[in-house]
Amino acid sequence: MPTMTEPQRATKTDSQTTLGFFARLRKGDEIAYLVTLVAALVIVLITALLAQHLWVNSELSRHTSGWRFLWTNDWDPGSGIFGALPFIYGTLITSALSLLIAIPIGIGAAIFLAEMAPRNVSNILTFLVELLAAVPSVIFGLLGIFVLLPILSNYVVPPLRAVFGFLPIFQGAFYGVSYFSASVVLAIMIVPFIVSISREVLIAVPASQREAMMALGATRWDVTWRAVVPYASRGIMGSVFLALARALGETMAVTMVIGNVPDIHMSLLAPGYTIAAVIANEFTEATGDLYIHALIELALVLFVTTMIINALARLLMLRFRVQEVNA
Amino acid sequence: MRRLLPALLLALVGSMVSAQQMTLTGAGSTFAYPLYSKWASVYLQTHPNIQVNYQSIGSGGGIRQVSIGTVDFGGTDGPMTDAQLAEAHSKLNTSVMHFPTALGAAVPTYNLPAVHADLNFTPAALAGIFLGTITRWNDPEIARANPGVKLPDDFILVIHRADGSGTSYLWVDFLAKASPAFRARVHVSTSPRWPVGLGGKGNEGVAGLVRQMPNSIGYVELIYALNSHMPYGRVGNAAGHFIKADLSSVAAAAAASANSIPADFRTSITNAPGADSYPVSSFTWMLVPVRLPDAAKGAALKAFLIWGLTEGQKYAQALSYAPLAKPVVDRELEAIKNLQY
Repeated sequence: MPTMTEPQRATKTDSQTTLGFFARLRKGDEIAYLVTLVAALVIVLITALLAQHLWVNSELSRHTSGWRFLWTNDWDPGSGIFGALPFIYGTLITSALSLLIAIPIGIGAAIFLAEMAPRNVSNILTFLVELLAAVPSVIFGLLGIFVLLPILSNYVVPPLRAVFGFLPIFQGAFYGVSYFSASVVLAIMIVPFIVSISREVLIAVPASQREAMMALGATRWDVTWRAVVPYASRGIMGSVFLALARALGETMAVTMVIGNVPDIHMSLLAPGYTIAAVIANEFTEATGDLYIHALIELALVLFVTTMIINALARLLMLRFRVQEVNA
Repeated sequence: MRRLLPALLLALVGSMVSAQQMTLTGAGSTFAYPLYSKWASVYLQTHPNIQVNYQSIGSGGGIRQVSIGTVDFGGTDGPMTDAQLAEAHSKLNTSVMHFPTALGAAVPTYNLPAVHADLNFTPAALAGIFLGTITRWNDPEIARANPGVKLPDDFILVIHRADGSGTSYLWVDFLAKASPAFRARVHVSTSPRWPVGLGGKGNEGVAGLVRQMPNSIGYVELIYALNSHMPYGRVGNAAGHFIKADLSSVAAAAAASANSIPADFRTSITNAPGADSYPVSSFTWMLVPVRLPDAAKGAALKAFLIWGLTEGQKYAQALSYAPLAKPVVDRELEAIKNLQY
């Protein structure tokens, strides 16, 4: 008997490459293929449905306001006048400023955790950072109102003004709620994303990179800055763009500290508004089809903005080649 | 046959359940939510087969939902406009009626660390402050109404609602009546375009900002102010008296306006006549379609509405809503007869 089965098994393995569809289905490969394909298609479908829904349900507003919607700054729903510029401006300003604050802190912390810190310190801090990333945004909003605003008005803004007060971006009355406060709250919220992902990427850099640099007699910082960080730069950029995506769409924490005024101010210390915040605030009480369509068009603008920023991010990443140190 | 039997049984059980149990769904005004949910729970005790389910999605949402027939009734703090009524009529093929169910009010609240007395505000002063033409606390228009109070020479920081709100509608409606300049500049709506100030989300957002910022002034719903024990000012009424908002002064405003309420009850009672009337008062309305697809449901809704306007009024007071005046209720009970179910 055993002599019979040996050749049978051999022929089976030989014919495995030419198995029929159903045989392969039984084996699991096809199932895995189909399941993952469906999962991928669902994502495409959701994105397409979202875009289609936003496009169709903003029709009235697109026809009534046209392109004026994007570059006028009067938002008066009662009179049926809809200009979205203050919200677009506020969204871009707060996101950009929050990145400006978060990037050095986030990447700095990631480098420390991955390269400099003793193992147990690194573990504890990483745990804390990941905990911070899981805090709901409304908590950050409350923290912003009750802790951050007093600190900013008493200790941060006065010295800022004393040094940079001649700049138009630090002039005008400061009430606490402002673009600046919103950006700081956003920065606190997105730092954990940058730290957590960048740290993983830095840790994943192959040891050969470090060893090659060390063999040349480089200091520890030289190794980190010239071998490890450039190698991980694409991953770090990825973390930054993920953080940016969160900053663009953040609603609750922003609306609590930005002042909710649909105006455009040069000064970062002035109150403003963002797209996500105005949608959340006004949607429930929006009466009339035009008003609703205008709010949905705002969502469309945010959607397209996110798309554009992501596309730009991709382009930028393509330019960043992985730089390897070849010993 | 064997396959048919379970289906028949299911249909039978289904029809029995629907005959016994009925759910009335409503949606709209967040202001009216505590009242309607109280009504629903008390009503359920005496009418165990009628379940009333009210979602507080905001007045705008209430108008929208009742207009397209996804709910049986709506709730709103600002009456529907003619255009909205026409739109609802074209979608539902029947009209929507307004029934005042309770009263609310908006009050000015402020943060002046040095002033401990309740301030008096003339309508012109409030209009000027919220228009940005009165910018300092010691402005003569404010000072004249507050003899003996030492007002600081500081800038006024205006706080308003950021979210669309019936309270904003009421506040702006009053200011527009009080001041032609305000009327010319700001459109009366649930999301007015404020010339000055900062926006807070919800009553609690406005209250929070006012509490944090010295020399600020904002407006909140009376019930919110009462429940959170906030200090608030008196407002000058049409008769020239400064009135502190409370349940009796708000009820007085409704009673004084009773004769001028139009047949469809869509009316603003701000700046009401009468010596004791609080001028920034308003009805909150239940929106009921004249015809419902399900007549039995209509009858149940009608019964619930009648109960709310009569029995239900005593629960209003306990929740700090000013109850409706008798003449208003009588006219509503008369108007309910127009509902065709």
